[in-house]
Amino acid sequence: MRKEIIKLNVGPQHPSTHGVLRLLVELEGEVVVSCDPDIGYLHRGIEKLMENRTYHRSIPLTERVDYLAGAANSLGYVLAVERLLGISEIPERARYIRVIVAELTRIASHLFWLATHGHDLGAMTPLFYALRDREIIMDFFETWAGKRLFPNMFRVGGVARDFPDGLEQEIKKFALELPQRMRDYETLLTKNPIWINRTKGVGVLTKEEVLDYGLSGPMARGSGLNFDIRRVDPYLGYDEFEFVVPLGENGDTYDRYLIRLEEMRQSCNIILQAVDRLPKGDIMIEDYQVAFPPKDKVINGEYLIPHYLLVVKGFKAPKGEIFHHTEAPKGELGFYIVSDGSEHPYRVKIRTPSFVNLQVISKLAKGRLLSDLIALIGTIDIVLADVDR
Amino acid sequence: MGIEESGGILVTTLEKVVNWARKYSVWPLTFGLACCAIEMICTAASRFDIARFGMEAYRPSPRQADMMIVAGTVTKKMLPAVLRLYEQMPDPKWVMVMGSCATCGGIFRSYAVVQGIDKYLPVDVYVPGCPPPPDALLYGITKIHEKIMQDKWLTKKYEHIKFPKKVEG
Repeated sequence: MRKEIIKLNVGPQHPSTHGVLRLLVELEGEVVVSCDPDIGYLHRGIEKLMENRTYHRSIPLTERVDYLAGAANSLGYVLAVERLLGISEIPERARYIRVIVAELTRIASHLFWLATHGHDLGAMTPLFYALRDREIIMDFFETWAGKRLFPNMFRVGGVARDFPDGLEQEIKKFALELPQRMRDYETLLTKNPIWINRTKGVGVLTKEEVLDYGLSGPMARGSGLNFDIRRVDPYLGYDEFEFVVPLGENGDTYDRYLIRLEEMRQSCNIILQAVDRLPKGDIMIEDYQVAFPPKDKVINGEYLIPHYLLVVKGFKAPKGEIFHHTEAPKGELGFYIVSDGSEHPYRVKIRTPSFVNLQVISKLAKGRLLSDLIALIGTIDIVLADVDR
Repeated sequence: MGIEESGGILVTTLEKVVNWARKYSVWPLTFGLACCAIEMICTAASRFDIARFGMEAYRPSPRQADMMIVAGTVTKKMLPAVLRLYEQMPDPKWVMVMGSCATCGGIFRSYAVVQGIDKYLPVDVYVPGCPPPPDALLYGITKIHEKIMQDKWLTKKYEHIKFPKKVEG
């Protein structure tokens, strides 16, 4: 029998590649012989652009790195800049607002993952259910910030705007209701024989492989590696919240599916605790060299001048370099900032989770069927802007 | 349509009735580039329900699509693929630009980003925003509908719009 290797080009325009990923696949029949991702179709030069901007003006750019979890990215950046400046404490209310928004973002990102992953594997219904719940979170952001996808409300030294009246109760109600509604999603997928056949035993990773590839987030925890930066290296006071870090046993696509569902429940848990403890008070530090003065006081010259200088010139960061990592929905998100003492960073490197997680696809796809490749793209949970930056 | 009505007979011109039919069956191309694609998916999902406009049939193949929504940042590496997809779409076709990035580069004024897809494609409707909310996209769709209704495809010869063959960069 003659064997022939077919070269297939998946992407950059393909409904299942979650954006503009291009995969160069070599097939023998239906079996993948090799799979080589070609990235860079969404390289926007964010790191380079940040070098010419003041620290505050880079925040909108960072939000667009991982566009499914905008606020989680700017949180990582703002925390890195705060650490560079030596700001160790921000007002309690601002800290809790950050925690609530970061966890809401995690839920939104995972809901979108559930929608698209299910849709890729042939389950249409979860898309409509999951996006219905995601719209509620988008409404929260719109009420708070006026923008759906990217709230852009985190600032160095706090948050720009307080929650409007009644939003806390709405968020609490949502966090109480979501775990109940998630039972519906589970009845659609968890015990569905088609879903189990498509996901169980697909893309198995051992703990050692996870460490070798440097994977993080649900990709690492699916294989049983207990690595959650909220626990390992707590930031924003995550150590005071009670939550469970779900761990998988088999390290396959099905386990990672269960873990992301459980993470959503745990995020609801954290949100409930944070809303209960949310104190009244300031949302921004009172150091007007780096933080914006309250908007209602800016008519006064005492506040107007620092505000003007901050907007036009920005603040100077001390010379040095800093690395700060946070647990973004997709894994470890790190910001490495080098400062030469001016208003602009000298160099910014973003260690994005999708970029590191994507490299494992060549290994996972080898020897599997072409249809499994779609499941693998879904389970890695990539966002192409996060890969290319 | 509806110019004259008597005894259940509707008198209209062929142009108008075809335009009317086209208007309610525009099939968009499943083509997400960046952040705006997320809002495009939200528009297609349960809450905003793009099916109200007869557009729920997103086609993954350009050969079945009527409308291209350029949803997101077009980079210089992606540009040849975008142009190729546009060329593969059968006439009549419409292009809608979604978001600041595709309109003018937006905040990404960098070496890698095409500063506006309208240099390369004939754009019908621009939807501003970063990203535009689904309501804005739906408003843009109604504008496309208006444009389709005014399309004099029968009485006026269809002119092919020429755009530069060489890709910059």
